[in-house]
Amino acid sequence: MATKAAKELPKEEFILPGTRSCAACGLMLTYRHSLKALDPGKTIVAVPASCMTVLHGVYPITPVKVICVNNPFAATGAAASGIVAGLKATGKAGYTVVAFAGDGGTYDIGIQSLSGALERGTDFMYVCYDNEGYMNTGTQRSSASPAGAVTTTTPILAKLQHKKDMLRIVEAHRIPYVATASPSFPLDLYDKVRKAKEIKGSRYIEVHAPCPPGWGFPNKDLIKMGKLAADTAVHVLYEIVDGKFRLTSRSLRLAEKGGKKTVADYVKGQTRFKKITEGQIQALQEFTDRRWYEFMERHQNGRS
Amino acid sequence: MKDIRIITANTAAAIAASLCRVQVIAAYPITPQTPVTEELAAMVERGELNAEYLTVESEHSAMASVVAASQMGARVFTASSANGLLYMHEMLHWAAGSRVPVVMACVNRGVGAPWTILNDQQDSISQRDTGWIQLYCRNSQEVLDTLIQAYKIAERVLIPVMVCYDGFVLSHASTPVEAPVVEDVDKFLPPCPIFTGISEGSYMNLNPLILSEPRQDAEGNLRPGYMDLRYKLQEDLISSLEIIKETDREFEAVFGRSWGGPVWSYRMEDADHALVSMGSLASECTLAADSLRQQGFRTGVVGVRAYRPFPAEALCKALQGVQTVAVFEKDVSYGYMGAVATDLKAALFERDLRPKVASFVAGLGGRDVRPEQLAETAAEAITKRSAHKWIDVRG
Ligand SMILES: Cc1ncc(C[n+]2csc(CCOP(=O)(O)OP(=O)(O)O)c2C)c(N)n1
Ligand code: SF4
Repeated sequence: MATKAAKELPKEEFILPGTRSCAACGLMLTYRHSLKALDPGKTIVAVPASCMTVLHGVYPITPVKVICVNNPFAATGAAASGIVAGLKATGKAGYTVVAFAGDGGTYDIGIQSLSGALERGTDFMYVCYDNEGYMNTGTQRSSASPAGAVTTTTPILAKLQHKKDMLRIVEAHRIPYVATASPSFPLDLYDKVRKAKEIKGSRYIEVHAPCPPGWGFPNKDLIKMGKLAADTAVHVLYEIVDGKFRLTSRSLRLAEKGGKKTVADYVKGQTRFKKITEGQIQALQEFTDRRWYEFMERHQNGRS
Repeated sequence: MKDIRIITANTAAAIAASLCRVQVIAAYPITPQTPVTEELAAMVERGELNAEYLTVESEHSAMASVVAASQMGARVFTASSANGLLYMHEMLHWAAGSRVPVVMACVNRGVGAPWTILNDQQDSISQRDTGWIQLYCRNSQEVLDTLIQAYKIAERVLIPVMVCYDGFVLSHASTPVEAPVVEDVDKFLPPCPIFTGISEGSYMNLNPLILSEPRQDAEGNLRPGYMDLRYKLQEDLISSLEIIKETDREFEAVFGRSWGGPVWSYRMEDADHALVSMGSLASECTLAADSLRQQGFRTGVVGVRAYRPFPAEALCKALQGVQTVAVFEKDVSYGYMGAVATDLKAALFERDLRPKVASFVAGLGGRDVRPEQLAETAAEAITKRSAHKWIDVRG
């Protein structure tokens, strides 16, 4: 059953006031809703070096009511596998193991251990919060950064390459559940995490997580930025259950009712795109459209 | 009736892991370690060993998985060699810093480049500063016994233990080995204590970010900073020397075999000269000592079984009154000399002992080392000034 209104979300908060994330952090909001969908008393979270490490608190204090195992940057998939195996071997039943990693820890340095874990069919959930760069170390380029974005390692020319299609790489592992989400659509996010929790095997959710300092937009625009990403189809909301694709939430409405906004609408509110040229906007638009039409086609095929 | 089997050190290692009832194994193949992982996989698939076996995609992941499994309270095992061990480097530090009782076998092999699959000890020596306990074995029986001891040590001090043995020389050579009965192992080694206390409602942030200065926790108690935690590791490593010794004694009480704790000696009672070495090379040194004695040099051998923590006190005691110390080792600290020789000299200096100490690097990348060569080189060190050299370099 889909959640229809924000008031249906559990009231209990698992992240207490006083985290070390920035104000208006998309990751923080993602984590907040995700924990509500999980059962934090029976959840073990694996976290690599990232903004999540910092969010989880500095020893000996943690603001998060969940067991968290921090692991080295590249090791998330493997650490989660070890947690799953360790729980099983010692007879601790009923836990959900959830990895929470940034795009750098997923698309780049962690891709090997993630792929290994997915290929082995490890019974865990992997959430990649995609803030489109190495934010913890100060906004360097990752392979998830969009073309045209200025980062501290693409300072003059801006990023020349398009975002890596990580979701297709993940999908190629033929795992039972793949989904995208956004903290700007909390009910969709909540439902997907809840659904993933009940599925056995490897589940992957990628959450587009706007980051005000990294992207260069005012804190008050956090939700707006996530919505714009969906309205422009820069970030498309969908889920793939056992290979069956379907658009969800705002992306579904966009497919049914039309009204897609342009990439130019999306980039203009973010200073990271301050150097983007007309040509690059054009290229980004084409890249976005091509993906969007593919998704719409898959949605149609999934229904027929 | 004793259960004597003609097996390799690799088989001995797999048997030891299984006798210790390891619960999670994660490993990645590399010569000469591979048979250990294969034999354990077969034991698990045949249902003889009730363990989770993770066929991970790299050594980094192998160590990451066993560390995490250990944090859940499972007894874990992995093994590697050479480049595989180097690939784990980050995780080795992580394991020690996490204070998890991981036990691994390191089947010693030279590291690339250039590629060699043959034996030396450069791989594990390159990991000496990761905070692990490193134990070096002379033969397959010692490998089997040391692995069993390793779990007891690791679970007592909460420091990971690396059991090192020479690739091919031991790993692939079949010799008679006594396999203990599992009841005796159970008697010696109680089940893995659950030390993380993963439990519902107890929210923990394991291996978190930490500051340099101590900080108060939610109840107002002062908790250590980074350096304080690291100092604890250092202190516990040093005091684990005593526990390594004690564990060896306890082992002897159950199984009737002792391996000398951190240091062992051979014909040192009346020795004027000593050969110091580790692993199978140390066994060869005993043959060299015999022949040196025939030549009129009263020579013995001091074997380093625990390289980290470094048994400085015990070594100096064993070498007290000796005129010449010839260190033979299959590793080098590039740009200086053998690692064992360097450490040993520092230990002697600190205790005002001034024998002649010579550092000899031998047998890198599988180059054969014969006892006659060792004796000849040692005789030179005894009769001439102390020398540092690589022996048998040609071409
Ligand atoms: C092996 C290793 N290399 C580099 C780093 C430094 N480092 C820590 S976090 C980080 C960036 C993380 O980026 P991402 O995964 O996207 O997460 P975010 O910081 O954006 O939350 C880097 C490069 C590290 N901790 N370990
Ligand atoms: S840098 Fe971005 S992702 Fe990191 S804590 Fe701040 S807002 Fe969140």
